[in-house]
Amino acid sequence: MDHKRYYPIAVLFCIVIVMQLLLAVTGTSFFLKELTQAAYYTIVVIGLCLLIGYAGQISLGHAGFFAIGGYTSAVLTTFDFSIFSSSPFIRFLHTIGFIIQREDLYGKQLLTFSPMVAFILAVLFSALAAIAIGIPVIRLHGHYLAMATLGFGVIIKAIIDATTVLGAHDPITSVPGFSLFFGLEVSSKIPLRIPNYYISWGVVIIALVICINLIHSRAGRALRSIHGNEVAANSLGINTTRYKLYTFILSAVFAAIAGVFLTHYNGSIGPSEASVMKSVRYVAIVAVGGMANLWGCVLMSVVLTFLSLRGVFGSFDDIVFGAILIAMMLFAPAGLLNLTRLKLWREKILLMIRKYAKKDSA
Amino acid sequence: MNISDIVLQYFFAGLRVGSIYAIVAIGFNIIYNTTGVINFAQGEFLIIGALLAISFNSLLVFIGLPGVPALIAAIILAVFITTAIGAAIEFAFISWLKNPSVLRLIVITIGISIVMREGMSYIWGIETFALPFFSGTEGTSIKIMGASISPQDIWIIGICVFLVLVLYLFFKYTLTGKAMRACAANRTAASLCGINVKLMITLSFMISAALGALAGCAISPLAKTNYEMGSAFAIKGFTVAIIGGLGNSMAAVAGGIMLGLIESFSVSILPMAYRDAVSIGILLLILSIKPSGLFGKREESALKEY
Repeated sequence: MDHKRYYPIAVLFCIVIVMQLLLAVTGTSFFLKELTQAAYYTIVVIGLCLLIGYAGQISLGHAGFFAIGGYTSAVLTTFDFSIFSSSPFIRFLHTIGFIIQREDLYGKQLLTFSPMVAFILAVLFSALAAIAIGIPVIRLHGHYLAMATLGFGVIIKAIIDATTVLGAHDPITSVPGFSLFFGLEVSSKIPLRIPNYYISWGVVIIALVICINLIHSRAGRALRSIHGNEVAANSLGINTTRYKLYTFILSAVFAAIAGVFLTHYNGSIGPSEASVMKSVRYVAIVAVGGMANLWGCVLMSVVLTFLSLRGVFGSFDDIVFGAILIAMMLFAPAGLLNLTRLKLWREKILLMIRKYAKKDSA
Repeated sequence: MNISDIVLQYFFAGLRVGSIYAIVAIGFNIIYNTTGVINFAQGEFLIIGALLAISFNSLLVFIGLPGVPALIAAIILAVFITTAIGAAIEFAFISWLKNPSVLRLIVITIGISIVMREGMSYIWGIETFALPFFSGTEGTSIKIMGASISPQDIWIIGICVFLVLVLYLFFKYTLTGKAMRACAANRTAASLCGINVKLMITLSFMISAALGALAGCAISPLAKTNYEMGSAFAIKGFTVAIIGGLGNSMAAVAGGIMLGLIESFSVSILPMAYRDAVSIGILLLILSIKPSGLFGKREESALKEY
């Protein structure tokens, strides 16, 4: 067993802890909120990095999967099912504990799904959506794939905007906290800020472990061969369609999980989460991170999302991401943190140092 | 109003939007044929053309020009500037890339569309604007066999027919048009024949931009122009281009009218808000069943690079 591939995760773990301590010491713990949100967005980016960077398939609809996850969970945990309380099905769900009774902010009694059940249903639902959309779409290439996934995202946005149960143009608010095990709870309550920070990064680390194992497995090698040359991969007996579809579903599920967690953390979700601009933003982050560079994507995602959430770019937010996208693709299509180029530079510098050393001795 | 009148009413509405979609699709096709790129910023050409025309029009009316000459001058100016923008985009972002991958080009044109859209929102703000009607006013209507349509509808359909005819003649009979078609067939072979392929690519961006600007001006009095409408036009135009088979401009006209009619009749069954979802659903359906398009040949499309 090769443990080397897990070293970066240990490093990340240390950075997460050091970061929290640093913020606590400097009295800037309010940054934890944006860091937590950035962590959840990073999960979407990790899934997309797998799809774009390793399988070589673009998706401009991942905000759609994020929204499916978030909205399913939000509706199930806020919609009051007590109007259906006479239905035997709802009563059955109530007895087995899938539906629980809780109080809202104003003390009104609500009958809603428990967050854990809602989470599972949301992930299942988005996986089903990914299968339904993935089977026809994943056989497409290039422009067709880009437009088809873009179209999927636009449909999800249109459905949300037109459906009153989903809040139409308004966000769904007062989504309850999501109680995990050991009394941990995903919610925006200020005293829970530090545990929530660790929960979010815990989820990121789980996602990373899954990805790293996948990349170093038979499936990962198959994916890279598909990216290299799909026809050649096919001729070697790799079922390219199946691998691409699995990756598509996995990345969609990552996006949905991120959507569920962020919705519970923020306590709300709005239609802007499903916008095409969000999907493009995820792609931009993957592009800056260097496509097939998991750690580059994670780093860039945290930095850019954090800056964007803090409002550093102001009203130029979208234009910044658009400009980043163009600049990256024009001048450094392999990403900022391009390993091969970094190695080349190191060799160049070493060569120069050696030359100088020779001159000095001569 | 009896039922046949209503059907006729929907028919004209479908014809109107359909002809605009066809023009957008032809814009896609012209660039695709010479470069192999789908220009995701095509929809923004419509909007920037319309917004420029609106600004010039109000400026010219302000300095005292009478209505009709001001409108014509404004549209001509807007089309010229949009053409220049098209050329500038090609020059700055596309021309100097050596063998770029499709993924890279997609991402670049998406980036361009975002920057253009946001740029427009800074210049014109997020309000909705409209050009004045080319003839008559908002209230004027013409009765045709029981359906009442705006004169602007006739303008839109007329302009689109005119553009399609001009393009057909241009590609069929002029030397430049023939050279561009040669690039579409095979870029390497065309350059070996002494055709300046780079120039043809720039030209294709200019023609697409001009087409977009003109279509944007024509639809502006009815649809009311807003900085973020471009992507909707782009997706519909792309759907039409796919229905006709990517690269086939004449089939795009048929596809455009088809999609326009489906869309306008869908309003009678489904809520208005789902109209966009319907046409994108059609896109997904066609992509999954027959990606070569309704009028395209499978063998032919297998040879093309997407």
